[in-house]
Amino acid sequence: MNPNRHILIIGNGIAGVTLARHIRKRDSSVKITLVSGESKYFFSRTALMYVFMGHMKFEHTQPYENFFWEKNRIDLKEGWVQSVDFDEKSLKLQSGESLFYDQLVIASGSKPNKFGWPGQDLKGVQGLYSKQDLELMEENTKEVKRAVIVGGGLIGIEMAEMLAYKKIPVTFLVRETSFWRNVLPKEESEMISKHVREHHIDLRLETELAEIIDDGNGKVKAVKTNHGEEIPCEFVGLTAGVTPNVDFLRNSKLEVNRGVVVNSKFETNIPDVYSIGDCAEFQVKPAADRKNIEQVWYTGRMHGETLALTLTGQATDYQAGVWFNSAKFLDVEYQTYGTVPADWKEEEFQSFYWEHPQKKVAFRMLMDTKGAIVGVNNFGFRLKHEFFDKAIKEKWTGQKVISSLRKANFDPEFFAPFYIEIQKAFLKEFGGDFKPEKRSFIQKLFGASV
Amino acid sequence: MKVIQKIGLFLFLIGLGVFTTIPFLGTYELNQEMVSANTKDIHQEKMLEILTPIYDQSYSSNFQFLSAFNQEFGNYNDALKAEGKWDEVIWDDYSFSLGKAALSSPVKDNPWLWMFLSIGLAVLGGLLYNLPKYKDEPEGIKNNGIFHSKMKNRGWLGMLTGSYLILFYVILYWFPAYLVNLVAMVDPLSMIFSGNPASQWFLYGFVYTLAIIVMGIRMFRKYRGNKYQQLRTASVMFFQTAFAFLIPEILVLLNQPYFDFKNIWPLDYDFFYSYQLDSFLSGGSVGMFMLIWGILLIIIGVPVFTYFFGKRWYCSWVCGCGGLAETVGDPYRQLSDKSVKSWKIERYLINGVLVLAVVMTILTIANYFSDFWLLGTVTNELHNFYGFAIGSAFAGVVGTGFYPFMGNRVWCRFGCPLAAYLGIVQRFKSRFRISTNGGQCISCGNCSTYCEMGIDVRWYAQRGQNIVRSSCVGCGVCSAVCPRGVLKLENGPEEGRINELPIIIGNDSVKINA
Ligand SMILES: Cc1cc2nc3c(=O)[nH]c(=O)nc-3n(C[C@H](O)[C@H](O)[C@H](O)COP(=O)(O)OP(=O)(O)OC[C@H]3O[C@@H](n4cnc5c(N)ncnc54)[C@H](O)[C@@H]3O)c2cc1C
Ligand code: SF4
Ligand code: SF4
Repeated sequence: MNPNRHILIIGNGIAGVTLARHIRKRDSSVKITLVSGESKYFFSRTALMYVFMGHMKFEHTQPYENFFWEKNRIDLKEGWVQSVDFDEKSLKLQSGESLFYDQLVIASGSKPNKFGWPGQDLKGVQGLYSKQDLELMEENTKEVKRAVIVGGGLIGIEMAEMLAYKKIPVTFLVRETSFWRNVLPKEESEMISKHVREHHIDLRLETELAEIIDDGNGKVKAVKTNHGEEIPCEFVGLTAGVTPNVDFLRNSKLEVNRGVVVNSKFETNIPDVYSIGDCAEFQVKPAADRKNIEQVWYTGRMHGETLALTLTGQATDYQAGVWFNSAKFLDVEYQTYGTVPADWKEEEFQSFYWEHPQKKVAFRMLMDTKGAIVGVNNFGFRLKHEFFDKAIKEKWTGQKVISSLRKANFDPEFFAPFYIEIQKAFLKEFGGDFKPEKRSFIQKLFGASV
Repeated sequence: MKVIQKIGLFLFLIGLGVFTTIPFLGTYELNQEMVSANTKDIHQEKMLEILTPIYDQSYSSNFQFLSAFNQEFGNYNDALKAEGKWDEVIWDDYSFSLGKAALSSPVKDNPWLWMFLSIGLAVLGGLLYNLPKYKDEPEGIKNNGIFHSKMKNRGWLGMLTGSYLILFYVILYWFPAYLVNLVAMVDPLSMIFSGNPASQWFLYGFVYTLAIIVMGIRMFRKYRGNKYQQLRTASVMFFQTAFAFLIPEILVLLNQPYFDFKNIWPLDYDFFYSYQLDSFLSGGSVGMFMLIWGILLIIIGVPVFTYFFGKRWYCSWVCGCGGLAETVGDPYRQLSDKSVKSWKIERYLINGVLVLAVVMTILTIANYFSDFWLLGTVTNELHNFYGFAIGSAFAGVVGTGFYPFMGNRVWCRFGCPLAAYLGIVQRFKSRFRISTNGGQCISCGNCSTYCEMGIDVRWYAQRGQNIVRSSCVGCGVCSAVCPRGVLKLENGPEEGRINELPIIIGNDSVKINA
């Protein structure tokens, strides 16, 4: 490999940026360029909602100070890539400028799904993915009496919270029988649905969007649901998932299906062209519980870490570790480790579920038929990643996990020891030869009640 | 805003308005008895003479009175200085005590009424404003709108507040004679606690303590559901009220030296000053106990507690400056600068102040025990300089006045020599760290934004590295605002505390770290 080769990365999201940083850590001579049309500097997409809600300014979402890039000799190029000439190894920006590369990495992320609803391009109708979307949303929500959000996923709930901040009444259309039921098991999903309603969000279950209605001036004035109901509104948020942002690569030599098709080394069908992050589609799923397209922050980062090894001379396959994820539903934090599907057959898994009688605190552990842990969901309290990564990898029995649950606790000091209640509930349901933990002196003294 | 909150805000503003107006009320008339009663024996004769022209004249405001007073007094001193008769110059400032004696005002006549109308209404209003906050909302911390606020994001309200605070501090430290009306107002209260009339410091301590209590109650509302925040807030409220405010006053009532048992050198920079040592050494067994207690805190208390709990045991659970920062200053915590550059400035400044305080103290002690043979009165000038530049200007004017400009921990971060000392222990020999939760960080930046010490918490969190920083005061807010449950303040074994080259778990493709 030419030590002075030019590695060009389309997209400065978490995938592209992690890749660039890790290449630089391992190789001080290659030339690295990050191209993006969205913003010159890397920012955290996950924090867009906090900018809208005034928790942060946009610059707070930038994880690295501006001097960082120059110091690490990572060139930043602002501009939209219009097309790539894979034979010439060059690409063309919208401004007309051409850039040449020796190795190309496509990390262009996603864009919001639009399923061809009538009226989906009206003014006041939008998704939320990019910085530009955020700016548009600020513009679009200036004079809104009611908003409708379509699609009950993580971005949908964030959008609902954002609108609630502006005191805009929200109607939330969700196709499933309860919130995020396609991912969460019934109990968890119902608990969160309840919490959503506590925030005065008008959650409409088993309801889909049929049509968005024009006010005659190209602006939305109402939506119609599949039940025929018309809901007047001046803003519609489309949050029914995302899809790879790869249209500029279609009709070229590159194999593109829903995303850019890659193997386990992120190689595409063209030599020296790779793809990572939200826009990459694996030919073969990285693991049984993974999807062909991985669309979260964490996987984007891991793709970047892994490809950096390959691009610096250590060819490496992407090996998915134990799955984990997290989110926050209004006030309720959620973490998950390992595999917990939305539904399962009784003969497949044993499930242990505990939920606090009043608070929005819950814990689920799935075990296989032999009693070994396969995954957990926790809500309203924090659990340690390291603990479950190990327990799941080493296939600890459910009993072992629960008996040492205190060590997995990651809640701040003086918080209520929910793990004791969980231990009691587990003993009651499954039995076991351990005793529930005792409240410590400090816990008793300061009355951290469960 | 609920109606009751609006009423609260209204009452608070009235109280603040009255408080601000009080110094301008009343008339001043000085007579000879007042001068005799309020001057030291060695100055009495001279002062009686100097002030003759203003006796029994009625002045209608503090400005007029003080300008007349300063003119006579200044003329006298200037003449001596011009002739080089330095030892005859009167260095003591009698303007405060004489002003207070000369004052007659409705406030002095009816102190309790005016206390209610000013401080009382402000406190009442503050409570009415804070208590109903977040009522009927689910538990959870809401930083909604902070950067859209004119108060909390350096808008005009913030600028105004900052300017008011700065002005208040400047007058309090250097022109207290203008505040005699306010001080006279709290006289009866001071009489109850210590049996003595109030000084400007009593007034300050009283207002300071009430501010911590009212804004502490705000903290209970804001961080409801977060036990760590609740407890540490209760703790600073307690230490301020009992240790910084009440106990020292009561000690004086019992004829013991004035002493704040939780104030530690070098924050308490005059602990080893000669007049302090004299008062300890002449204070019998209680005085001796205070001296030994103070020294034990410095050489054993600080290192041992910091080893086990990190500097937070002091900075965000006990300290009075910290107490104010964590309550009154909490709305401004997001204004601290997070850049690497300011981290650099911070290290030079704070350690510089520590060195200065240590050198000054060593010289002072050496001088004291050599019966002032070593340096004579040079240490006095050093004390004056330190007291002016660090004790008053930095800790007071900048430390608090700059809340709305640079965040609530400007003093603690850039200036406090005790924080520097605690920080060195925390960085190099402590069980405290902030652990990060594997790979869960989404780099959102909430933690860094709300770190009052300007620590870029995210920098560490996103690479799975523990946060071990000398400046961290362990306020726990980074952990509280993290939406992904990534941060945990912990005391644990020293082994593995500092992980310079972390691997973020969850990716099995990467076996070693780069
Ligand atoms: C509001 C929101 C909240 C989220 N919250 C979470 C969360 O809490 N946890 C989580 O795990 N995930 C979350 N996600 C998902 C996560 O942000 C994405 O999975 C992740 O950002 C994908 O990273 P990436 O690097 O693959 O792509 P992106 O971050 O999308 O970066 C791709 C970049 O490439 C640029 N680009 C694309 N095409 C071109 C072109 N032709 N020319 C030039 N530049 C181009 C894009 O403008 C973009 O800047 C959230 C997403 C959103 C939108
Ligand atoms: S607040 Fe939490 S998730 Fe956000 S950057 Fe900090 S540690 Fe990471
Ligand atoms: S790092 Fe966290 S605990 Fe430490 S001072 Fe900053 S916000 Fe407080």
